[in-house]
Amino acid sequence: MRSTCEAVATEAEYAVALADDALVASQRLVEWVARAPQIEEDVAIGNIALDLLGQARLLYQYAGSLTDPPRTEDDLAYFRDERAFRNVCLVERENGDFAVTMVRLLVLAAYQRELYDRLARSVDPTLAAIAAKAVKEVAYHRDHARQWVLRLGDGTPESHRRTQTALEAEWPWVSELFDGGWLAPALVERGVAVAPASLEEPVLAFLREVLDEATLAEPDPRPAVTAGREGRHTEALGHLLTELQHLARSHPGASW
Amino acid sequence: MVSASSTTGGELWEVFVRPRRGLAHVHVGSIHASDAAMALRNARDVYTRRQEGVSLWVVPAAEVRASSPDEQDSFFDPAADKAYRHPTFYEVPDALHL
Amino acid sequence: MSTFEELIAANERVEPRDDMPDAYRATLVRQIAQHAHSEIIGMQPEGNWLTRAPSLRRKAILLAKVQDEAGHGLYLYAAAETLGVSREELLDALHAGRQKYSSIFNYPTLSWADIGAIGWLVDGAAIVNQVPLCRCSYGPYARAMVRVCKEESFHQRQGFELLHTLSHGTEAQHAMAQDAVDRWWWPSLMMFGPPDDASTHSAQSMEWGIKRFSNDTLRQRFVDMTVPQAEALGLTLPDPDLRWDEEAETWRHGEIDFTELFEVVKGNGPCNAQRLGHRVQAHEDGAWVREAAAAYARKQAEKGRAVA
Repeated sequence: MRSTCEAVATEAEYAVALADDALVASQRLVEWVARAPQIEEDVAIGNIALDLLGQARLLYQYAGSLTDPPRTEDDLAYFRDERAFRNVCLVERENGDFAVTMVRLLVLAAYQRELYDRLARSVDPTLAAIAAKAVKEVAYHRDHARQWVLRLGDGTPESHRRTQTALEAEWPWVSELFDGGWLAPALVERGVAVAPASLEEPVLAFLREVLDEATLAEPDPRPAVTAGREGRHTEALGHLLTELQHLARSHPGASW
Repeated sequence: MVSASSTTGGELWEVFVRPRRGLAHVHVGSIHASDAAMALRNARDVYTRRQEGVSLWVVPAAEVRASSPDEQDSFFDPAADKAYRHPTFYEVPDALHL
Repeated sequence: MSTFEELIAANERVEPRDDMPDAYRATLVRQIAQHAHSEIIGMQPEGNWLTRAPSLRRKAILLAKVQDEAGHGLYLYAAAETLGVSREELLDALHAGRQKYSSIFNYPTLSWADIGAIGWLVDGAAIVNQVPLCRCSYGPYARAMVRVCKEESFHQRQGFELLHTLSHGTEAQHAMAQDAVDRWWWPSLMMFGPPDDASTHSAQSMEWGIKRFSNDTLRQRFVDMTVPQAEALGLTLPDPDLRWDEEAETWRHGEIDFTELFEVVKGNGPCNAQRLGHRVQAHEDGAWVREAAAAYARKQAEKGRAVA
């Protein structure tokens, strides 16, 4: 099958893919603000969304500085179309209930925790520095999501049911995180990028431990046919980007 | 059955923040949480968004025992006439830097 | 003289366990609750633009600001709870319409420039109202306000900066900024409440040291502060009668049409039903989550006891 995007072969493209994950995840979390189950959680979700947005900005800024002509973080966030976004489909789909959001955050943060932990040793000093800062943030996100998944999984019969349902819905989208087909092998071999497959074991081990403690059953593997990293997304991303980009695109050339 | 507290997200916890190393924890306010682990996290998010702290305590509000304003006189006034507890009570030659 | 009266006379702070007149307690509960509710409902008009902010920098600023508002609501609920009411009761009263929030949040945010106008005008007015509350006679409220005021100063400055950028941007951006100021100016003036001669609670609150300045005094302070800022922004305030009074060295504003404010307070503003409905929905949708957390805590406590 022909993919939209060529394989990622440069530091800039790699940074953009990681930034897209963070930006899209942040945008979905932002939808919770003023809707969270308790006001303390509005603040907590706001913190997590801000961390992710900050990671996206640093990665876009770096990516934009490497291209000729240089591009700004906003060029990359606001003036690329759906098919040019390389985020995993896990983060783009519509928010369901709070259980879906926390299960998804648990998966994303567990992945980012392992990813940034290794990326902090990248031969690319800027990527390494961004990762070293981000790894502390996502470690907190992972713990926050873990606390909630434990409470929801082992809370009431209703919360258990909702969380198990959320897990069944999110699980097919997990394997995409470990698929390295979109990444030119040279980028990994040079020590710039982290091989996605190398993250599978530690991420799944962590998730299994949490699910077990939360009295949740790991769903059967049933990977979704998806290639977000190659620009083939779900329908949800187009709508998310429409909302994110429309104002900036309505005033081309304007500064804000 | 659902306890009343769960409708707003748990019990009341008092929050204490150590602003930086070398200083004591200071009471800053309260938050609601269902248990201690969540209370610590909520306190972190609500009271330290601007690097206000390097350490946090949370204490169930119901566990705080406070002196009563009615007892204020008998608790605190007796300390008022013991000036000899303060260094300024004593006259010593300035030159000795005591 | 009672201890309470002595404390007020000496300009000392009243603390939670002190004896205080029921009416003082009730006034504080009403005011602090209304203040807390305003912060929480106030997240909605600005939250309306979070997903659409036109740059990542603006998105981060707005998110931090809306998040601060949730934080401020929590500081204030915490202060109210020291008076012997629970947050649950306060939220119930908000949801049932028995307690109010600031009517300013019943206006819609129709363009991105509204985010600037809210920061500059609404937060500007709020700061003028709130700074004296840092010296309020009730200790926990005063301390919460110190924290709130410290954090709010960034809110107003970001609003000013946002509007300044728009005002000096493209023609369309300038028009957007002017339109927002046209819509938010008068509601901001009404945030200080009815004129002094029509204000029902003012005198007693002043005597108790809850309120330090009258509605009209604070409103005038805000006008005098804001008019030169509008000039610096290159935007006009929608008041043809606005003029400089040389003798009194103050800006005289035109007459405020309070009939609109009273309509909005009565529930007939453009967004009253929407704001409260959103808040109630969020609370109801979250019920199963809060119940789960409580159930988990009970189970863990039981496990703890079983081990011991």
